[in-house]
Amino acid sequence: MKRAFPILGILTAVLLSYGLYEALVVAPTEQTMGDVQRIFYYHVSSAWTAFLLFTINFVASVIYLIRRSPVADAVAVVTAEVGLVFCTVVLVTGPIWARPVWGIWWTWDVRLTSTLVLWLIYVSYLMLRRFSTSGQTPLLAAVLAVFGALDVPIVYFSIWFFRTQHPQPVIGGGGSIDSRMMHALLINWLAFLCFAFLVCWSRYRLEVLRREVEEVQSQESMFEARSAR
Amino acid sequence: MSLISNITAATLAKDIRLEWRSKDAINSMLFFGLLVVVVFSFSFDPIAEESRRIAGGLVWVAFLFAAVVALNQTWAREVRNQVLDAYRISPAPANSLFLAKALGNFLFVIVLEALMTPLFIVFYKLRALGPAWMLIPIAVLGTWALVVNGTFFAAMSLRTRAREIMLPLLLFPISLPAILAMVRATTAILTADEPAKFWIVLLATYDVVFTTACLLLFETVLQAE
Repeated sequence: MKRAFPILGILTAVLLSYGLYEALVVAPTEQTMGDVQRIFYYHVSSAWTAFLLFTINFVASVIYLIRRSPVADAVAVVTAEVGLVFCTVVLVTGPIWARPVWGIWWTWDVRLTSTLVLWLIYVSYLMLRRFSTSGQTPLLAAVLAVFGALDVPIVYFSIWFFRTQHPQPVIGGGGSIDSRMMHALLINWLAFLCFAFLVCWSRYRLEVLRREVEEVQSQESMFEARSAR
Repeated sequence: MSLISNITAATLAKDIRLEWRSKDAINSMLFFGLLVVVVFSFSFDPIAEESRRIAGGLVWVAFLFAAVVALNQTWAREVRNQVLDAYRISPAPANSLFLAKALGNFLFVIVLEALMTPLFIVFYKLRALGPAWMLIPIAVLGTWALVVNGTFFAAMSLRTRAREIMLPLLLFPISLPAILAMVRATTAILTADEPAKFWIVLLATYDVVFTTACLLLFETVLQAE
């Protein structure tokens, strides 16, 4: 187990470099957008990773509400934090890509708005965890995660009612994509997933250690209180 | 079922009586709403045509901020006098308490809206081009959407530092689709540019979904300590 972490680290580094090579060198230049389109490999990979992490967060929150297992709660914290980082990457790379291609930084379109609302919900989720004073933080956070998961489909549907500017999904939406581009995208996604997993893993270990320290501290203070009497 | 309704009615009657005697929530909401109206009319000096387009947003932002004032006071009194602890040990169902609080807030915010609407009409020279009676279901559904989640999140933020700041931070992101729907529906009625039906249906869906979620999860939140 101890050896698995550095091995995964090296694997992630190799995959990320290979992904960079694939995205910048191997993948063909897009005809109308030119080289700026290469941000696609990072934008889409981050988006998929963020959505996956938020889904895991939701599942872990539901499991926590049913079973009250501390492991589920630790997974929920970790995936929310790392997911928020990837979601931020999506929201930053999006406008950088949109400015030269659409001529605007931002538009209130369905995917952009839903992603932004998702981002806002998870910021408030982390703030709740931060500001909570009771020992019931995991419970309150899990409840909020459920509310957020109910909210996102409503946001998506309500804005979908307007005409949308973001391109229809190229993959699975009936569009066509060059096989080399697809290859580069999948390699990058795999690399991002490995990276996300790596970060989650070390954050999870940190969370477990933090809880152990808290446990020891509360035991010590109890012991001191008793010996003072 | 009768137990739920009895406790709900008793708690609601108690809250209304307290509010009737002190008028704390309604006075602070009204004054706050008035301030928002005045500040907005300084920032924009709209002609009738333009104010029709922006009024939907202004009205609901004013109501939203004013509602937060009332929502923050919802549980404060119960915490101060340890009523919540007593409620936790009693066999009374948690949802009847929640319903009473939500209905109480709903009533206060609706009264506020009824008092503020004439002010908006006067200050912004409003006249609806669409069917004005449709504003009533929009107000009812929209207010319930804000109040049901607001009451719930106010109970959640009891266990946080700086709870009065925490409530809007939790409530606003989740309420975004409801706010969008209320604003679009109100604007649609005022300008008669597009049908408001879609937005009203969306608001109703939002209300059903989140009322269910609140009722399912309130017991868990009340018992968390």
